[in-house]
Formats: sequence, structure tokens, C-alpha cells
Amino acid sequence: MNMVEVVDVVKTYNKGSLTAVDQVNFSVKKGELFGLIGPDGAGKTTIFRILTTLLLPNQGSASVAGLDVVKDYKQIRKMVGYMPGKFSLYQDLTVEENLNFFASVFNTSIAENYDLIKDIYVQIEPFKDRRAGKLSGGMKQKLALCCALIHKPEILFLDEPTTGVDVVSRKEFWDMLGRLKDQGITILVSTPYMDEATLCERIALIQNGKIMSVETPDEIIKQYPDPLFAIKASNMGKLLIDLRNNPYIKTCNAFGEFHHITFNNLSDSSMEILVKSLENQNHKEIEINPITPNIEDCFINLMN
Amino acid sequence: MSKEVVIKTDKLTKKFGDFIATNSISFEVYKGEIFGFLGANGAGKTTAMKMLCGLSRPSSGEAMIAGFDIYKQTEEIKKSIGYMSQKFSLYEDLTVKENIDFFGGIYGLRSEDLKAKRAELIKTLGLENEVNQLVSSLPLGWKQKLAFSVAVIHDPKIVFLDEPTGGVDPVTRRQFWDLIYDASSRGITIFVTTHYMDEAEYCNRISMMVDGEIKALDSPFNLKKQYGADTMDEVFYELARGATRKGD
Amino acid sequence: MKQFLSFVRKEFYHVFRDRKTLLMLFGLPIVQIVLFGFALTNEVKNAKIVIFDYAKDIASQEITQKFEANQNFQLTKSLMNAKQIESAFKKENVKLAIVFPANFYEDLLHLHKAQIQIIADGSDPNTASTLQNYANAIIMDYQMDLLQNQKLPYSINTELRMLYNPELKGATTFVPGIMALVLMLICVLMTAVSIVREKEMGTMEILLVSPFNPFLVIVSKALPYFLLSMVNLTVILVMATTLLDMPIHGSLLLLVAESALLIICALSVGLLISNITKSQQAAMLISMMGMMLPIILFTGFMFPLENMPKPLQLFSNIVPSKWYYIIAKSIMLKGLGIAAIWKETLVLIGMTVLLLFLSLKKFKTRLE
Repeated sequence: MNMVEVVDVVKTYNKGSLTAVDQVNFSVKKGELFGLIGPDGAGKTTIFRILTTLLLPNQGSASVAGLDVVKDYKQIRKMVGYMPGKFSLYQDLTVEENLNFFASVFNTSIAENYDLIKDIYVQIEPFKDRRAGKLSGGMKQKLALCCALIHKPEILFLDEPTTGVDVVSRKEFWDMLGRLKDQGITILVSTPYMDEATLCERIALIQNGKIMSVETPDEIIKQYPDPLFAIKASNMGKLLIDLRNNPYIKTCNAFGEFHHITFNNLSDSSMEILVKSLENQNHKEIEINPITPNIEDCFINLMN
Repeated sequence: MSKEVVIKTDKLTKKFGDFIATNSISFEVYKGEIFGFLGANGAGKTTAMKMLCGLSRPSSGEAMIAGFDIYKQTEEIKKSIGYMSQKFSLYEDLTVKENIDFFGGIYGLRSEDLKAKRAELIKTLGLENEVNQLVSSLPLGWKQKLAFSVAVIHDPKIVFLDEPTGGVDPVTRRQFWDLIYDASSRGITIFVTTHYMDEAEYCNRISMMVDGEIKALDSPFNLKKQYGADTMDEVFYELARGATRKGD
Repeated sequence: MKQFLSFVRKEFYHVFRDRKTLLMLFGLPIVQIVLFGFALTNEVKNAKIVIFDYAKDIASQEITQKFEANQNFQLTKSLMNAKQIESAFKKENVKLAIVFPANFYEDLLHLHKAQIQIIADGSDPNTASTLQNYANAIIMDYQMDLLQNQKLPYSINTELRMLYNPELKGATTFVPGIMALVLMLICVLMTAVSIVREKEMGTMEILLVSPFNPFLVIVSKALPYFLLSMVNLTVILVMATTLLDMPIHGSLLLLVAESALLIICALSVGLLISNITKSQQAAMLISMMGMMLPIILFTGFMFPLENMPKPLQLFSNIVPSKWYYIIAKSIMLKGLGIAAIWKETLVLIGMTVLLLFLSLKKFKTRLE
């Protein structure tokens, strides 16, 4: 059974002059950890708001747990947990007061669903008398997640939960999501960080309001059209410019300490020829290896 | 070839009451260098950056920015640096041209210089058709590129970039770094914070702040070797995991 | 019910943890009372006047005595020559001159009509008009005495407003006005800002995506501010009666009930504003600028509505505080009961119902 079903959804703003979401289709299975991956302004938040019944689509239809987001919005609101993109708790209330408040908004209590949030809550419990506004980024995210979970929702919508959070907190957060998934909660999460894509079971790559691909991360990587190589040399800046102007090279993108390249008309001798031509341009310590593309490679490829 | 030092700090410290936000940090940054300033949330990056920009007075320690004293010459410092952050960069309700003119104006560019700069900048960014459009109508990536170009419009000695590429798509992110490389090759020192670890690799050297102190400072290559890590991600995780402080 | 209570409790946390809100909530009324009450009453005490009496009859003497007895005025001298009047204004800082024509009492007795000339210092129009009003009231007072004693049908135009305010205290006319102003401003501002803050913080998104009934959001927002406004009302009334010797001649219960009505009306305006604004600043600006000026201008306590051009007078009818001002004055100063103010009360109820209906109808259960 599909927990989320999105069919041909279109959403425009400013009387149609700005199309935020353009003919989007995807579905999320029950118990799945599904990622919506794309940069700011791609339309992720709009999709989340349509699914959480906060916005009405201009065209198309969407359902959550078989309930229509337009007609049955009241039932949907009872069963979803939602964490908006911006930190959306009361900064002037303490950790405990926030949690208590949201528990009673959902007609429940902390004690009732403590099992579900225990893992996360113990980490912030030492600060339970601290005002939410005084927490660090990672702590805020954990508290927000607790609040979104407090009523034991069947499906969780997490809009960019890790944006602006450091690497350590991000890792912890994804570990928590994994454990929640194991408890059978369907999770729809969005992120601008491409490296987080592989932590999801299935992902939708989204750009300019359009979904470019919906697949498992492995499958998306498998579909990368060309063999990919990582290359480095002593002067990386010059290497980038020279590679871009090199006739053998189809694409070239900087990627950390390497540049990722694909060849025009790849043959067995391609690598040798390239190294020679670069050596002629005075590049030293050239190192080139075939590699498996990552999601960011795929995203860049799909964008072009 | 001796390297010209443009930022030099010596035991720079900032306290807020009992809380030591930045604890005795000492480092040097050279002319034309791309210097990555990394750290977990709450490690004290923002506090340090504010002091270096002359916005916040240190509690103790010394620092020279572009040859000026951090205590006495904050006005001179402000004239010789550029600043761009993710949150505030441009006026959304002004056009591209108006933004360029405004920022050129506050840095005292003469009108003929400004005209030439503006033409050059618009050409480099390929914004010819958007000159008279409101900045709010531009895609985020374009805004960030424009904001960077505006931050270096007065050819500062140093430009401070606070998470300049947050949320920007991967293609534009790379175009943004092209601009950074270009500025660096013109001798502008880049002081940048980022949450993207692959971007950390683009820096010549990286400092890593944990709990208000600089725990590591070296080139990405050496850092990875030192920590036996394959990626900067692992280095960062290794260092920041031990952090005791969790306040912003 | 538990949901509702915990929402109300949360709202109180917000208020008590934010010094700015607290200051606005309780500081503003106190400052207003002190400012309007004291500053305005002191200004017109012991104003120097001169009397130029052509008549020198019983009537003119009695009126002169009344002026002498009134603490707003300080009778410096009686003049004998019309030319002296101007020099008195110029050199002796006299604020007002009263001129009795010859045969004053005779005219009054036989023609049922007499004239007194009041000359005021127009260079200070505020004081001048206040003093003029005071002087008028004293003269009216005298006429009342005459009417009672002799039962003669004198046809003299009087300003009824002053009749019921024989002590001529500035504060008494201002306090009902300040009550209207403060209650309106605070309630509108607080409600609008507190709802818009939830929008700005993003918490409204979470509340909307919850089983919590959106209408309950409104009610639970309104209740704390209603209660706080009632506290505020008490503070104002206590200050007015103790510090400014403001009387409450009518029923206190009725006054409180009518005030509660105004508060609900203002809360509805606040709700309406919160529906059409997106940022706290905008909400604050609209509440302050959009409300303050109309309230001050059209309530009638700062500027007499009678003197305004017809269109403005008509416009003043849609300002709720105008009706409340009439009601509060009637209860506090005239000691009147509901029978005298049921029309105004109905208008206020009508406005409240309409505003409440509009704001509930406009309340968005989604983000757009």
C-alpha cells in the first residue's frame, strides 16, 4: 500500500507567474524512508506543504494514507507528524514545556508515547529546563523531532531537518531516522545535501519544480550514462580549466580533492592520451582512477 | 618566495561572562590563500569571524587584519575587507544594477570606476538581461554569485564568506567556487566557512574549531593523512565528536 | 478541554517571559493615565482671568463670585475700562476676560436672553478652548440655579456636556477616553502580534497540521488577552479613582460589562489584522498607526466631534471606541443605567459580532 501518492501535481504562486511544482508524480510505500533531494527553491517545501494539507495544489491530486489532501484534510492532520524547514518551536518555552504543549495539542501526553521518543529524548533531557531558543542547532532538531513524534504519527514529514546542522549532529539525526523506520513509521524527508541521499531507501531528485528521477540511490547511480574518472594533479585550479577546454573531455566537475570527468568516445587508450596531453600543459603528479559516481554526480548529470 | 601575511591572530579570546566563546586562537592566513574555517555548531566560528571583521571587540589577545590593529583600527579594517553571508547579502527589493551601485557607493568607488566594474561584473556573471530586474526574482544561486561579486567590488584584501553556498544546487555551487578561485588568483584572500565537506577540500588550508579552540590547522591532504581518513568528512567527525559544548 | 487549557497556559508563558510585552501591557495604561490625567488637569488650574463688568447687577455679581470660587480660575481684578483688556492680556499673562454688557440681568429677566462676551488668548488655542469651556460651564451652572429658583423659561443654548461635570476636572473627560484608547490599542495589538508571531516562527504550520481545531487556536489566543485586559481595566479604574479623583457614579458592574464588550470587539479587530499581515512588524504598524490615530481623533475625548466636518462625523460612527466613550461617560459621570445607553451598547455588540464573524471567516486553515 502506498502511504503517499502524488499525481500530476502543479502548484503556482503569484497568480501563476511562478511555478513552484511542475507536474510532479511519485509515491511512497508504507514503512519507507523516502528522500526528496534538491537545492533550495527546487519545490521541496511546497510539496511538503501540499502533503501536509497546508497548501492546495492548482492541478493534480495527492493523497496521504489513502486520504485526499484537499477533501480529507482533517483526518490527515490527525495522523501525520510534521517538522517544518525552519525551527518551529516556541523559543521562549523550555524543552519540557514545548514537548508538553505539543503533546496536549495532539491530545496525548509524554508518558503515553514515551517509548517512541525515549531514544531521542534522553539526549536532550539534561537540558529540559532550558529555553528552546538557547539550544544548539543539533539539539533544536532533536527537540523538534520529539515534538513531531509525540502523538505516534503513522507518517513523518521532515522538511530539511539537517540544514545548517553540523556533520556530527547530521549523522546522529540520520541514525535516529533509521531507528524510527524500523518501528514501522513511514518517513518522507527532504534535504539539500546530496550525500544524505544514500541514507534513504528511495529518493526523488528534484530541480526547478520538476522531478528528474525517482529510484533507489543504487539504481540512480547505476543509470549514470558514462564511466566516471577521478583525476588530480598538483595545480587543481589550472587542471579544471585545462580539462574543460580539452577536446577528449565531455564533462568535468570539481569534487573535493579530485575533479570528476567523463570522456568523449571512451576507449582503452583514452586515459593515456589524456595524461599525455595534460603533461604537455605542464601538469605534474597526475593521478587518474575510474570511480563509481555518487548522487551528486548523477544530479549534475540530470541537471544538464 | 616569502608569503605575505594578511591575517595574524595571537591568543585571540572572547569571553561572554564566564563563557569563553573563543579561547586563545592563534593562526596566520596568507595573501591569496583560500582559508577554510570549519567547526561544529557552537564551536565559536561566528564569534571569531565577528572579531576579525572588526564588529566585536576581543576580550584579550592580538590580531592584525590586512595590516591593521583589531582594537584601534576597526574602520580601516572594514574598508579593506568584504563580507558576505548566507542570510544577508543583497537588497531583494532593489534591482541588480541598484545593488551594485549601492555597494560600490558605500565603499567609495568613483563613478567611472563603478561603471567599469559594473559592466565587467555583469558580463562575467552573464546577467545582461537581468540588470534591471529585482534581485528577489533571481534564482538563489545567481543571487549568491552576485552577492559574492558585490562583496569584492572594491577589491578588498580579504573577503569573509559565511556559508556562502548553503542550499545552492551542485552546479551553481561549482560556478560559485570558480568565482572564488578567480578572486584568489587576483590576490584576494578568501576566508570561508562551509558545511559542505567537499568544499573544504577546495581550500588551501583548513582550520578546525572545537569548543572555542583551533584543534587542527593544515592542508586538507595533510589533515587526512594525519587522521588516517579518506575524506574530510571523517576528519571533521573525528575532531568534532569529542566536543563537549553544544550551545550556539 | 485539556488542549485548550494547555494552550492558554502557553500563552501566559509568552506574555510573562517577554518584558516588552509586559511593559506594553501594563506600562502603557499607567503612562497614559498619568500623561493625560495629570498633565492636562494641571495645565488649566489657576488661570488668570479678568472681569469687565458694565452691568454691575445681581446676575453679573453672582457669576463673578462663581468664577472666584472656582479653582481653575484666579480672578486677578475687575477692570473699569475696555482698553485695559488688551494690556491685561499682553502684560499680565491673563488667559481669559469676561465681559458683562450693561443691563445684563434685565435682559435675562425680560428678554429671556442675555449675552456674555468671553475673550480668550487665542495664541494658546488648547488652553483657550478648555478655559472657554470651563467658563461656559460656570455660566450654565448659574443658569441652572436660576431655572431652579424661578422656573422661568430661559432659552439659552447650553453645552450639555459640561452640565454634568460641575467640578470641571480635566481628568473626568479624559479618563473614559483613555480607557477606550488603552483597551482598544492593547487588545488589538496583543492579539494581532501574538498570532502573527506564530506565523512568523513557523509554529502556526505545526498547529495547523494537528488535530487542534483552528477556531480553538483563536479562542485560546483571545482568552488570555481578554483576562489580561480585564486586569488592565482594573488598574486603570483604580488609578483613575484614587489618583485623579475620578467618580464612578453609575453601576460598576455595568461599566465592567461594557468594557468587556469593547475588549472582545478589539480582540476581533486584532484577529482580523492578524489574518491579513505576515510579519509582526506589519501587524504592529497597522495596529499602532491604523488604530491609534482614528481612536484619538474620532473617539471624541481629544477633539469634539461636533466641530468636525460632516463626513468625518459620519466616519466616527464606525470607530468602536466612540460608542464606548459615550457609554463610559454616561455610566461614570452621569450615573446613568443601561436604559440610557442601550442604543450605544447595541451598536457595539453589532460591531463585535460583525468583526468576529469576519475574522473567523477569514481565518485560514491553510497557509494561503
